[in-house]
Amino acid sequence: MAYLDAASTEPLHPAAREALLAALDVGWADPARLYGSARRARLLLDQARAEIAEVLGARPDELSFTTSGTQAVHLGVLGVSQARRRAGRHLVVSAVEHSSVLHAAGVHEGAGGSVQTIGVALSGRVDLPAFAEAVAAEGVAAAALQTANHEVGTLQPVAEAAEACRAAGVPLVVDAAQSAGRLPIPPGWSVLAASAHKWGGPAGVGVLAVRKGTRWRSPYPEDERELRRVPGYENVPAVVAAAAALRARAAESAAENARLSALVDRIRAEVPRRVPDVEVIGDPVDRLPHLVTFSCLYVDGEALLTELDKAGFAVSSGSSCTASTLRPSHVLEAMGVLTHGNVRVSLPRGIPEDDVDRFLTVLPDIVRRVRQRLGVQ
Amino acid sequence: MIWRKKSPEPPAEAPAPVVPPAALTIDALGRKCPIPIIMLAERVGEVPVGAVISVLADDPAAFTDIPAWCRLKSHQHVESYELPRGGWSIHVRRQY
Repeated sequence: MAYLDAASTEPLHPAAREALLAALDVGWADPARLYGSARRARLLLDQARAEIAEVLGARPDELSFTTSGTQAVHLGVLGVSQARRRAGRHLVVSAVEHSSVLHAAGVHEGAGGSVQTIGVALSGRVDLPAFAEAVAAEGVAAAALQTANHEVGTLQPVAEAAEACRAAGVPLVVDAAQSAGRLPIPPGWSVLAASAHKWGGPAGVGVLAVRKGTRWRSPYPEDERELRRVPGYENVPAVVAAAAALRARAAESAAENARLSALVDRIRAEVPRRVPDVEVIGDPVDRLPHLVTFSCLYVDGEALLTELDKAGFAVSSGSSCTASTLRPSHVLEAMGVLTHGNVRVSLPRGIPEDDVDRFLTVLPDIVRRVRQRLGVQ
Repeated sequence: MIWRKKSPEPPAEAPAPVVPPAALTIDALGRKCPIPIIMLAERVGEVPVGAVISVLADDPAAFTDIPAWCRLKSHQHVESYELPRGGWSIHVRRQY
């Protein structure tokens, strides 16, 4: 099986596996207690915090561990909007944010707040002038913008958006789940959210960083854990493994990014050459190094995924027939691109070049067969 | 509050929109994407260049995908009108 779905989850990095096994033995005790094994767990936890903070460009005391990237986003969006109730009740988000951002915005709206969604270009890049204008308006509590889109890979102008937010005195929540561990975090965030399993760490570790001076109040009941930002007992071994993976990724990223990006360029060039009626989606240059999405006309996404699975390729799709909601992806809709016949290919670290070549070899025939079944010549 | 271009159900009190006539109407109501687009692609040649085809569709994907098809195939998406019973009449002008 060729695994081409790293954007859903990156396979566990060998460095993380090794650290996890070691930390299960030495880091199991309660880091909030004062005896020897507990102090050891506390030390491991804080060391991991310092390491992850350094790679992400945060201070250790700004950073808390959550149970997922989704929880980090929920806490980030709701925590700043709650803390700034008196400044305003308006939230500004891009139309292509991860569903965790949009669902948190939905909760804010349900509590009497308002939400403004900023549209994107055909490339998926947010309309920056519209974003800047929206955050400069009266009564804005917070804004949210992703570093990179999870479905199409387009990078967002976070530094510029952060500058507009700073000028307006509005905190910016940055969802860095797809880029953390792969690309440097752009400057200017007030709250940062990320997820360890996307960079090769274990599942169950998210990162929430709240910049010094940013007002934030937990939407949850009070709890003493994680600098009072996240409730519940810390998973110290998993956090240690997450730090090991991030450290390893940061060391490898320059060489591996260039390799994966060249493979993505090959897919972007070859798919439309080999398959008729295909639209390659997302920004060709300002994009994540490992992710490419395309849509095939006259093809249903579910059939395409099933056929690719049979041929030994794991990919994902934003087409409606592959979603539990039976609606196409809100990202593809907002971009105004073809939503059916959609395939997202995201390359994990270390993928053999041969896997990509085989994918490019089998794809044309699979698309042709699916079209034939639908009666398309 | 996932962002959507338009609700597939028009508000109950909305007045029925005035849909201008089309040279050909393709009824794809109840059909899932990509079928409405396949029907459109098959029949676009049946009208003269410059004429308008109306595709009736209620799969939410069609609302995005028919304009995207027009862009890819260099035809013109004229307008999408909400139908009183749900779905849209999506108007496409044959350009060549």
